Amino acid sequence: MKKLLLLGNEAVGQGVLDAGLSGAYGYPGTPSTEIIEYIQRNPEAEERGVHKTWSTNEKTAMESALGMSYVGKRTIVTMKHVGLNVAADAYMNSALTGANGGLIVAVADDPSMHSSQNEQDSRFYAKFALLPAFEPSNQQEAYDMCFSAYEISEKYKIPAMMRLTTRLSHSRAGVVKKEAIKENEMHLPEKRDQFMLLPAFARKKYQHLLAIQNDLNKESENSQYNVYTDGKDKSLGIIVCGLAYNYLMENIKDAPIKHPILKISQYPLPKKQIEKLVSECDKILVIEEGMPFVEEMLKGFLGKGINIKGRLDGTLPRAGELNPKLVRNALGLQELRSESIPEVVSGRPPALCTGCPHIDTYKMINAVTAKYGKGHVFSDIGCYTLGYMPPYNAINTCVDMGASITMAIGAADAGFFPSIATIGDSTFGHSGMTGLLDAVDCNANVVIVIMDNDTTAMTGMQDSQVNGKIEKICMGLGVEKEHIRIVVPLSRNHEENVKIFQEEIDYKGVSVVIPRRPCIHVYKKSMRK
Amino acid sequence: MKKDIILAGVGGQGILSIATIIGYAAIESGLNLKQAEVHGMSQRGGDVQSHLRISDKEINSDLIPQGGADVILSVEPMEALRYKPYLSSEGWFITNSTPFVNIPDYPDMEVIISEIDKFKNKVLLDGDKIAKELGSARSMNVVILGAASSFLDIPYEKLEEGIKFIFARKGEAVINANLNAMKAGREMAEKSK
Repeated sequence: MKKLLLLGNEAVGQGVLDAGLSGAYGYPGTPSTEIIEYIQRNPEAEERGVHKTWSTNEKTAMESALGMSYVGKRTIVTMKHVGLNVAADAYMNSALTGANGGLIVAVADDPSMHSSQNEQDSRFYAKFALLPAFEPSNQQEAYDMCFSAYEISEKYKIPAMMRLTTRLSHSRAGVVKKEAIKENEMHLPEKRDQFMLLPAFARKKYQHLLAIQNDLNKESENSQYNVYTDGKDKSLGIIVCGLAYNYLMENIKDAPIKHPILKISQYPLPKKQIEKLVSECDKILVIEEGMPFVEEMLKGFLGKGINIKGRLDGTLPRAGELNPKLVRNALGLQELRSESIPEVVSGRPPALCTGCPHIDTYKMINAVTAKYGKGHVFSDIGCYTLGYMPPYNAINTCVDMGASITMAIGAADAGFFPSIATIGDSTFGHSGMTGLLDAVDCNANVVIVIMDNDTTAMTGMQDSQVNGKIEKICMGLGVEKEHIRIVVPLSRNHEENVKIFQEEIDYKGVSVVIPRRPCIHVYKKSMRK
Repeated sequence: MKKDIILAGVGGQGILSIATIIGYAAIESGLNLKQAEVHGMSQRGGDVQSHLRISDKEINSDLIPQGGADVILSVEPMEALRYKPYLSSEGWFITNSTPFVNIPDYPDMEVIISEIDKFKNKVLLDGDKIAKELGSARSMNVVILGAASSFLDIPYEKLEEGIKFIFARKGEAVINANLNAMKAGREMAEKSK
């Protein structure tokens, strides 16, 4: 059968479509973005009328998916790892309401922080919520697991997590399609109280969730994705999770290694196989992408009993993503001969593009703030975070989506002046609006700069939900009309923009300045049409 | 048969198009393929790379092990050097010679050339110049692909089909410009071998 050449993320997109998807929800975030993008450009999804527009943030996405599940349809919600923090309230509680139609929560983790603020491991969330998780080791599994995840989700009436990591999300390989399944007919939950978490109901549901943990363990023990391969040399047993399996096989396919290997791609951890491995082997090596999740559980707090090797004892690095070389070292195999990078090679960090509107906005801000000293600009998450770097040196913080506005409020409350926030249009929609309401409510002396480039640029030009609505939103939240100022960030407007910005700094209260000019890539694309 | 190829360049220079052409040709030739690429922040003018693995056997790791690459194929000379640790001792080092200067401390070209001279198997060509002479400056990436084409163990016709496939929506003129670019790159590499 002909193979489709798909990114890991695209394999998930095709997988859910073939497994009867009725709606996909998500907020763009590297490395998760291509799941929804694939569904958006899929002609069959269009024909079937599958919902596939971006949501305002991960929480609204998760809740919308829960609503689709409530009426019995199969759905997926996608996000990057830190997006699950935003959706966590809905995710944790969805463990108690459970699902009706199959619900997959696809989360792409970014170990080594290629495009992220941290490298948290979403498997901890699945365990925290007492929900099952799938961790594909390759693109074919990513595809196949969509079918399995929906089966588990509907069999036990709970959401199932699909945990992806950067190197699988953004790596292409051939995938063989299965026969497609029809979408579910709409049907309400059998019990009217299923999605009702009044305390009296929630307590019962929690007991039920605890009661099915044994069944979920049995599912893992019998899973086709958790594979025990016996070996004669029991001096070491290897537990390897998800994508790390490929790095292991890369190194031992030609090497005379005969240790027992337990590959894990479905959670909760399969107890039976782990017991067998631990009881038969002298030492256990745990190879997992992300944090030492399995390793810590096996080791326990005091680390007494089982002899465990992995990220905690330095056999593998404590932080960062794995690669074939690190796994080779952990196996004690001879290193491949390799030369070092010539000294002449300089670093080439990402930078704002030539012609980027943010450059002119930062020039405006710098021209005004210089006289007040350092540290006056709080910022947020997007391309404009690169404004921290020289030659701009314009911003000072980047914490989480929306934190620019609320941190500016806190600093202003302490008497800091001027207190300025810079936030992109999409980030403002995601988590800035509530902060702006706080600012209006306490009449904080802040200037909020909403850098409107007409798109979600950093993740590759996705639609921004607040497009065309920013002034109305600000007014609706109570910002005074005369203190919502729109400027066009171009060098020929510099003097005028500086004057306007200074006026708003001088105003004692909430000001919003909106530098508005399309991202240079959006502009170029529109010119080509 | 196994070819591990590191594709290198700066975000926006078109290495993902090269990867797609080779990937299409490999799949059409009945080979297995894995290709890891960089998305997100680095694409904004930073260094980008793609690990492209082709084999008639099962491929395990999505990343090429250091010391294991058969070819470094780069559209920028300093970026080519960045991946030296990946190249095997018998591997081919194929790079564009025109620097992409978007950083203040870009090294002297003489030093870069002397580092490139140290490689045993190499092809250095001015892809920007060749593409400009052909009247299609944007096809520089495909010129470099052409230079590497005889080291990939993939039939040349399959690469041509790959070009037709990925530029199909852009029309005949763009397809022909890229077919010519690949041919010019291949001829230049043959001469300098």
